[in-house]
Amino acid sequence: MLYILCPHCGLRPQTEFSYGGDATVKRPELNKEISDQDWDNFVYLRKSPRGKHLELWQHISGCRQWIKVERDTLTHEIFTTYKASENT
Amino acid sequence: MPENFRLDQGGLINRNKKISFTFNGKKYFGYEGDTLASALLANGVHLVGRSFKYHRPRGFFGAGVDEPYAIVQMNRNNEVDPNVRATEQELFEGLDAKSVNCWPNVNFDIGAINNFLNKFFPAGFYYKTFMWPKSFWYKIYEPIIRKAAGFGSASIKHDKERYEHKYEYCDLLIAGTGPSGLASAYAAAKNGAKVILAEDKSRYGGSLLTSEVTIGNQSGQEWAEQIISELKSMPNVIVKNRSQVFGYYDHNMLVMSERVSDHLPKTDKYTPKQRLWYIRAEEVVISSGSIERPLVFGNNDAPGVMLSSAAKEYLKIYGVLVGKKPIIFTNNDSGYETAIEFKKIGVDPIVLDTRKDPNSEIIKEAKELNINIKFSYVVVAAKGYKKVKSADIAKISDDKKVLSNNENIKCDCICVSGFWTPTIHLASQSGNKTKFKEEIDAFVPSHSKQKETTLGSANGIFTLEETLKTSFEKGTELSKQITNKENQISIPTVVEKKSSKHDKFWCVPLPEGKNYKRFLDFQNDVAVSDIQLALREGYRSIEHVKRYTTLGMATDQGKTSNLNGLQLVSEVENKVVPQVGHTTFRPPYTPVTIGAIVGREVGKHSKPTRKSPMHYWHEKNNAVFVDAGVWLRPRYYKQGNENLFEASKREAKNVRQNVGVCDVTTLGKIDIKGPDSAEFLNRVYTNAWLKLPVGKARYGVMLREDGIVMDDGTTTRISENHYHMTTTTAQAPNVLSHLEYYLQLVWPELNVNVVSSTEQWAGAAIAGPKSRDVLQKLFPDLDVSNEGLPFMGYMEGNLFGVNAKIFRISFSGELAYEVNVESDNGNYMWEKIIEIGKEFNIQPYGTEALSTLRIEMGHVAGSELDGRTIPYDNSLEGLVSKKKDFIGKRSLSKKAYVEPDRQKVVGVVPLDKKTSIPEGSYIVKDAKAKLPNPKLGHVSASCWSVEYDNPFSLAIIKDGKNMIGQKLFAMSPLKNKTIPVEIVSSHYVDPKGERVRS
Ligand SMILES: [Zn+2]
Repeated sequence: MLYILCPHCGLRPQTEFSYGGDATVKRPELNKEISDQDWDNFVYLRKSPRGKHLELWQHISGCRQWIKVERDTLTHEIFTTYKASENT
Repeated sequence: MPENFRLDQGGLINRNKKISFTFNGKKYFGYEGDTLASALLANGVHLVGRSFKYHRPRGFFGAGVDEPYAIVQMNRNNEVDPNVRATEQELFEGLDAKSVNCWPNVNFDIGAINNFLNKFFPAGFYYKTFMWPKSFWYKIYEPIIRKAAGFGSASIKHDKERYEHKYEYCDLLIAGTGPSGLASAYAAAKNGAKVILAEDKSRYGGSLLTSEVTIGNQSGQEWAEQIISELKSMPNVIVKNRSQVFGYYDHNMLVMSERVSDHLPKTDKYTPKQRLWYIRAEEVVISSGSIERPLVFGNNDAPGVMLSSAAKEYLKIYGVLVGKKPIIFTNNDSGYETAIEFKKIGVDPIVLDTRKDPNSEIIKEAKELNINIKFSYVVVAAKGYKKVKSADIAKISDDKKVLSNNENIKCDCICVSGFWTPTIHLASQSGNKTKFKEEIDAFVPSHSKQKETTLGSANGIFTLEETLKTSFEKGTELSKQITNKENQISIPTVVEKKSSKHDKFWCVPLPEGKNYKRFLDFQNDVAVSDIQLALREGYRSIEHVKRYTTLGMATDQGKTSNLNGLQLVSEVENKVVPQVGHTTFRPPYTPVTIGAIVGREVGKHSKPTRKSPMHYWHEKNNAVFVDAGVWLRPRYYKQGNENLFEASKREAKNVRQNVGVCDVTTLGKIDIKGPDSAEFLNRVYTNAWLKLPVGKARYGVMLREDGIVMDDGTTTRISENHYHMTTTTAQAPNVLSHLEYYLQLVWPELNVNVVSSTEQWAGAAIAGPKSRDVLQKLFPDLDVSNEGLPFMGYMEGNLFGVNAKIFRISFSGELAYEVNVESDNGNYMWEKIIEIGKEFNIQPYGTEALSTLRIEMGHVAGSELDGRTIPYDNSLEGLVSKKKDFIGKRSLSKKAYVEPDRQKVVGVVPLDKKTSIPEGSYIVKDAKAKLPNPKLGHVSASCWSVEYDNPFSLAIIKDGKNMIGQKLFAMSPLKNKTIPVEIVSSHYVDPKGERVRS
């Protein structure tokens, strides 16, 4: 079970969080033309990197904030965690 | 009268307390402090089971966690407990156990015929033989294999025992209470660290209990006792016996299973049988010790062949002789310790040492005791079927290839020692990159990935002096980093015998013309020849060899077989062991019961139960409840002998004719505030929200980015910047997370806050043509006329002294209102509604009637919004704005979503107007078409229409738009039904929606 440093609350067990996928995906802007391909890539296409990965977690049983977690998908090591508003 | 193998004195058992127990139906006696294994051995019982593949007779091989053979089935507390190791099961009065894996009984076992047919059971036998024809699997192969193989049989009853979970945090978790565990725990505790010290056995001390050493001026055992009692008295230390740390997970999370009551005749009512500890440790000390390695020779699985350390343990801890004519077969000095213990109590052992000319203090002592020692000698094969009767022994040449001077000598046990294997399982689980240590022919931990340290013989350190020194130091060092304290500890002087080097030789060659089975894996019956065959057949990776031969894959996880297997592969392949590498160790180190893993989360405790504030009213009024997510909701209110069908029909009819009231507290509610709330809702919902006036509600549909409908509900503008959103009961948590995601990550510039208010409000839906009359009487001061409170209107009122929110919204399709009050006032509101509604014939209605009402109105709900449908499929396309952008809009132009024959919701009526259509039925064109019959869609919801008094269903079918009026078939293979049906509009009742606006 991972131990995740919530930038708002401190070190908390994984059971307090829910996983939210790749944090590097950026939603296309509203009201902007976008090709079918680009939209499909946004909706469906995700990388599955081996190693460092920036991902989203939500502290659902805590402060309810979405946070960004830099985690190694192979070793599960967690390097840095960021608030939603912080640049990585 | 069975022979007695119990010594008159000695051991740590309580000879004042005699205990009776039953094994395979026969009654025996033992003492308090015995294990089932030691008590059986004391009674001369060596035959306890049959092996897995060949059903060969098997006895005891070890004395603890490594035991591969003595797996028994226990009857305890009126429950069965399969696959219990007799070497770990403590004796209690009335214990009842039996052998497993033998039929009809342990002495006459039909499966043993496999032993004589063993040419047909080589490595990979199952893979090779049972491949075809497929039909043979179910009828012939599987039943035979199942009957012949397998260990204990699990109970099919509900397990009534209690299991618990516990969470702990500590500075140091120390696994094992041998010298390294005790020393490190003591040092760390003295520095003020919070320590958890775990021992898997009932007695603390590990090897100190059986070794002849002196620490300071005490024996090893006395020293261990003193340290333990001191640790137990310290407030910062938790000491646990019967507790196995079995799993090392990420970020120093370890899991330990504590056998709280397994050693007692029965579990007390509020005491668990077992307890699972989840421990988050700053630092972990692995002091798990080492396990003796077997030597491999012919028939080395016969009952009576066992580890020399186990023989010593039975002698020193339990006062039990495993034999009276022992042979000690060893390649190192450990065997001599056992030999000396035998000699001391007057039994004459013969020592066969594979080494030519070893010299050490202990060998000298053995010689002085006149123990018969034969150097360069080996056991070639054990003789005797159900018990060892003699051994073929021989002199072995210096190159270990040639046997000579063969002779047969009588014996009743063969104690083997092939040196020691450090128990690196936990370190390996933690991600430690282990390394091969040439001097001990075994792997030891090397580079840590997590905060763990392995000490003592688990780290390949086999002298007590060095173990104590390094362990005291490590305990001090690790705790100092955490507590910033340093308490000086003087390391006691140690007296122990120094050992000479062990012999790398471990596998006795076969004598000419003989084809003895030489076992490596004793539980899965993997012999030397099986590994050789696998290698001949081209298997190279140790992971493949393991799976093909099942070496090390039994419940003992190869604790005694792994290294010998590796040595064999490296010999045949002409590689060194580190190149071969070891297989991955995975948790659990020892088997864990499913009960312990599940803990208290069984039955109604498997999820939380949420009840509305009106729950007890429902209960008092004969409600029959149904699980709705985590909520309990009334399904119907039973009157007299009514069943579900009759009651729900009555309730629904009363809503259509008079008025009903339904508890809608469970609906998800989200409070939305902030100046950008309207803009936010406009992005979240598919329809337009910018112009919704204060005091009005609107129905909305929200999508996921892939265009699939996520949820629906009404949202009301309470004031300029304040909205009250409702969601479906099931989706409430997901919708909140969804909103938070967009507010926090995608559009942080929007000034909006959302918070769940589900539990703050109790809700009652008052529905039916007479609902306005009820409402008027509830709020006499308010104008609730169609003009004063129109459809989708909202107002606040005072309900006999409590504040209420009134929404004119309808799920039933009737004129209806939802009244919300603060949860604490929920029951008060409910009772007032029932009281005032009496004159209008109000009746409460449950979820079944609620479903009926919405289905015949064609209102889509969870069964249609099933995570696979878009707005069009649900006839909600009218709510999709063409002008503005919103979450998921771009996906709706996907080709598949705009096909002209896209699926759509329709109504379905059976032609006979009698036969109910099972939910989940397929809609097909031709009931007699060849299978697989192409399906047009499925029935999503069914009810008995109270308006028309016939069955009615909703279905989502291909080209639904053009199917109205078609005669098709509903097929339910599950219920074996084919029903001719007509497709009609999904809006079966009041298609124009006049009632809600009346
Ligand atoms: Zn937090």
